[in-house]
Amino acid sequence: MRLVDLRDWSVTQQVALLFVVLFGALLLASAAAIVWSLREPEDADADGAWHRERVERDLRALWIAAVVFWLAWMSGPLGATLGFAVFSFLALREYISLAPTRRGDHRSLILAFFFVIPLQYLLVGTRRFDLFSVFIPVYVFLAIPVVSALAGDPERFLERNAKIQWGIMVCVFGLSHAPALLLLDFKGYEGRGAFLVFYLVMVTAAAQLVQELASRWLRRRPLARQIDRDFSARAFGLGVAAAALVGTGLFWITPVDPLRALVMGAVTGGCGTLGEFVMRALKKDAGVRYWGNRSSITGGVGLLDRVAPLCFAAPVFFHSVRWYFV
Amino acid sequence: MSLAALMGLTLAFVARLITGAQGHWKGCPPKAEQRIYFANHQSHFDWVLIWAALPRELRAATRPIAARDYWTATPFRTWLTSEVFNAVYVSRTRSEDEDPLEPLVEALRNGDSLVIFPEGTRSNKGEPQPFKSGLYHLAEQFPQVPLIPAWIDNVQRVMPKGEVVPVPILCTVTFGAPLALAQGEDKRAFLERARDAVIELRPSHPPVSHASSHPNSHPNSHSP
Repeated sequence: MRLVDLRDWSVTQQVALLFVVLFGALLLASAAAIVWSLREPEDADADGAWHRERVERDLRALWIAAVVFWLAWMSGPLGATLGFAVFSFLALREYISLAPTRRGDHRSLILAFFFVIPLQYLLVGTRRFDLFSVFIPVYVFLAIPVVSALAGDPERFLERNAKIQWGIMVCVFGLSHAPALLLLDFKGYEGRGAFLVFYLVMVTAAAQLVQELASRWLRRRPLARQIDRDFSARAFGLGVAAAALVGTGLFWITPVDPLRALVMGAVTGGCGTLGEFVMRALKKDAGVRYWGNRSSITGGVGLLDRVAPLCFAAPVFFHSVRWYFV
Repeated sequence: MSLAALMGLTLAFVARLITGAQGHWKGCPPKAEQRIYFANHQSHFDWVLIWAALPRELRAATRPIAARDYWTATPFRTWLTSEVFNAVYVSRTRSEDEDPLEPLVEALRNGDSLVIFPEGTRSNKGEPQPFKSGLYHLAEQFPQVPLIPAWIDNVQRVMPKGEVVPVPILCTVTFGAPLALAQGEDKRAFLERARDAVIELRPSHPPVSHASSHPNSHPNSHSP
């Protein structure tokens, strides 16, 4: 009676239900977090407070992501593309602020900010997915060092260019796959791109939340102590398992069967968690914990922190959906 | 809304989009009182950055100093400096009978706040150059006006000398505790003290404030 009726609904109604469920779940999670913070007083041990702060931060990120997702869906292809382009811009701005660049990089950075970002999102918006997939890895990959070499500064040339290229890959190429999913059309699955983004965000978030909690309770030997004291093989495994579970549970919103949804969820969730792990290594190198300027009173943006797992998981998810799972 | 006000809002928005233009009020709160802000000077962008970092209510009464010969050369520049920023014009060529500080003194008498760059010129060597004596003379004549030091960080990366298009990089403006001229303080000593107050506000690179309270932190987590 219940599920059968859902199939008769129009796509718009199904998507509307999706958002109602999403925001309802977030409300519940926030309520639970508030109750938790009331039960555990502030003067609990520093470690616990820090973990709580981290979970709260993830929850806040989920809220922001949900609202952005909703706005992107409401405003259609143009809005989704523009919105994520702005996110790419802000994330790359944060990344470049912490990567030491030299005077000679100025033109390369102008190229990255004012040509690469608009062009990449133009390709997304016009659904040119073949060119979209190779534009940055092939064409920009050459253009950036050429512009940089023309500036005539050989000092730390490889290092500077590698950093810029890496930043573009993460902040522009990776993130642009999220609106691409919204616009991707499969046979018999038209207009349901929002479900794919929802699936992606849910499995990535599940993997991360479970991994956070598992590392809090398990306290296993970390895989790389210098980079993250909490990142253990078991916590990671549990995160992937949670992603697989959530992914299987959500198979009915994807164009694939439960088994494929399970594999897809595990792969995507794992990629997101590993992406955050890599970002942590990067931040250790730069000497910061969050990308935002935490020494300040007003606080920085810290956007890159929040989108990093998505930046890594989205391309893997996009291409695996496109090539292997459908 | 007038065209000039709209232009002002647009410029502040662009500055925030490009640089973040975060104002960090470390030594004093943003307050609608008469003040003299003085800061390090690294790029043409400095004034806009400080201006955008100020709360909107304070912007109208806070005025920059502009060189008359350059900033009144075309109608657009004149409009920009006089209508949008309400700049105080000074002449760079000093004539015999003219006190170059006179326009500033007049603005302060009117109750306006000023932003000055006491180095007199842009420096890109990291450390600010020695301060010119104008700040001392203003402090002497207006002892009741608080002098607020400010450090503008990272802006030289946004637009290096000779480039025209700015690159988006996060910048901060840190405002410090107010300074005043001490009783009978020597000019040289005061200018040195003012310069030190500005340098003191420079954020340590990279920002590491939270690392010590963090279970993940290692003593060697600071990059060299």
